[in-house]
Amino acid sequence: MAERPTSIDEMISTLASEGYVCGRDLGTVSYLALDLGMPLFLEGEAGVGKTEIAKALATMLGRRLIRLQCFEGLDVSSALYDWNFAGQMIAIRTAEAAGQSDRGALQSELFSDDFLIRRPLLEALEPHDAGPPVLLIDEIDRTDEPFEAFLLEILSDFQVTIPELGEVKAQEPPIVILTSNRTREVHDALKRRCLYHWVDYPDFDRELEILRARVPAAAERLSKEVVAFVHALRGQDFFKSPGVAESIDWARCLVALDAVALSPELITDTVGALLKYQDDIAKVAGAETTRILDQAKAELARAG
Amino acid sequence: MSETLAELPKTDGRLVDNVVHFTQALRKAGVAVGTGQVETAVRAVSTVGFSNRLDFYHILRATLIRRVTDLEIFHQVFSMFWRDPEFLESLMHSLSPRLESSDTSPPAAAARRRAEDALGDRKESQPEKPKTEVVDFAAFTWSSKRVLKTKDFEQMSAAELAEACVAIRSLKLPVKPFVTRRTKADARGSLIDARATLRKAARRGGDIQNLAHRTKRVRPPDLVALCDISGSMAVYSRIILRYLHAMAHTRVPIWGRVHTFTFGTELTNISTALKKPDPDIALGAIGQEARDWEGGTKIGEALARFNRDWTRRVLGRGAVVLLITDGLERGDLDLLEQEAARLQRTARQLIWLNPLLRYDGFAPLASGVSRLLGNVDSFHACHSLDSLEALSSALGTPDLRDHYLRLRR
Repeated sequence: MAERPTSIDEMISTLASEGYVCGRDLGTVSYLALDLGMPLFLEGEAGVGKTEIAKALATMLGRRLIRLQCFEGLDVSSALYDWNFAGQMIAIRTAEAAGQSDRGALQSELFSDDFLIRRPLLEALEPHDAGPPVLLIDEIDRTDEPFEAFLLEILSDFQVTIPELGEVKAQEPPIVILTSNRTREVHDALKRRCLYHWVDYPDFDRELEILRARVPAAAERLSKEVVAFVHALRGQDFFKSPGVAESIDWARCLVALDAVALSPELITDTVGALLKYQDDIAKVAGAETTRILDQAKAELARAG
Repeated sequence: MSETLAELPKTDGRLVDNVVHFTQALRKAGVAVGTGQVETAVRAVSTVGFSNRLDFYHILRATLIRRVTDLEIFHQVFSMFWRDPEFLESLMHSLSPRLESSDTSPPAAAARRRAEDALGDRKESQPEKPKTEVVDFAAFTWSSKRVLKTKDFEQMSAAELAEACVAIRSLKLPVKPFVTRRTKADARGSLIDARATLRKAARRGGDIQNLAHRTKRVRPPDLVALCDISGSMAVYSRIILRYLHAMAHTRVPIWGRVHTFTFGTELTNISTALKKPDPDIALGAIGQEARDWEGGTKIGEALARFNRDWTRRVLGRGAVVLLITDGLERGDLDLLEQEAARLQRTARQLIWLNPLLRYDGFAPLASGVSRLLGNVDSFHACHSLDSLEALSSALGTPDLRDHYLRLRR
């Protein structure tokens, strides 16, 4: 089990060694989340690295990553636990055939650990050899209020009650990370139990660092041009501006095409990795691509 | 600045005092901060220590702020509060409850003003005064172009209140309820409830006597109403808003969440105002909140802004969009068509309610009307808008879109 970082600086450098480059703000919040044992609530546009930090934290600490992807109508049987009904039926038939008639014995056999199916939340509460796991509750804004209220209970005490089995309590609380794309406002009561951080698009230097760490095969000139072009795009009025995840994908595409520098033709061919709405793609088509590329290159030249 | 912090005595008592005072300043500026958060902040600061000002800033921000809209206010209050250690002393005296603010999402300038208000720090901003005047002047020229105008509605009479109830009761929606993934126990349901069946079986020593069933829950869909308040619709805005208010406040909910926007030359979110239970107070608030009453209409631009800023936040749960306008566009027609098409793709259903179809021989000749008509799911119209019931029956009538699209040809 890897040691927990003892300072903010150590936190940032260890995360960087896992390939996750973050600013001092996110570093501070993550350090606090570990130190105070509080859930971390990350909000921000899609593709700014909210999910990635959970993965980086898990590898960094050598813990297991348990992921709960949220969707509307998420309920207890897919988030917490379920029973293996087919197995239970077989057990009943066997009991019948064997002429077993003790109700109590059958009851405790049917609802025993053998037939329990653990879902992410229950798994996160149980003890792990490597230490408490990292629990990632992804895109919480996709669920509905009843599930939020249910989560409230788990996040405050880290214990749940299974009617057939009794109470399950975490000996050591897991490291919890919640993410939201802000497609709706998550209730204050839930946010209040967490440390809140708004993850913004990184600045030029940090995004370049991220690209260097994630796409080491890309030539330095190409990386710089990619970041400059993406930053120029973010200044435009798009339905969905490209996130960091898109810049990384795009850089990988360009590397696969053996590109060493950007050209308008190359951009037109690969823009699908960057912009995902037809209207947005139409906006940068043709002469506009050249204009934005020139603007990005001029920006690069000015920065030196 | 880091020296300033170093000067802060490191005893716990003072730390708690300072953080609490800072929290009070934040609250004055309109940020909701709970006592639990203050406790977390103090714990967080004492684990990390006063290493440098930037960390201190991030720690307080992570623990005290819960909404992205509050970040700017936090920044302003923080930079003013920790600027001057002496200031802490004077602050204790100046924190009297005299300034209140109720803006929901203030721009940076407003955030700064609120931060100053909260800290009783008006004098300090004197040197910047000329700049503010320039801004004010710019705002003035802008507003004179757009003819910004608020509106006062006349009060409701008792008869009108009763009328609204009747009208809503007679409404037959052109929208089906939303089938959710959640289920509930139902003896005649179509899904087998294995868990309940086995629980019952275990009680009988393993005998399954009959199967328990469940059925999928339904919920009413969310409603997003986009309401035209330009000059041509002016006379009717009161009756329409009254109707939307009644729809949002029925005893048996016919809609899930209701979000309402008005548009003329700009787009205003009036959902909060419309949530007030009293219709007079709600309409009064809306009259002040929207500032483009009875001006021109730029439907395309309004839809574009809605598409960009709001669709992801209010249409996430499969909401139905009710567009209330006469379709007389004075802006760019291509933009209108393009944005209406996008809205139709995002919304579960886009319903156009035209309350001003004045004569029976209506043909969609106005180009705005015909462009819009091709990009909605259904079209409903009423010929005279003299009662709320007219709106209900218009929504209840069969869809007229295909009829008018044929007329156009």
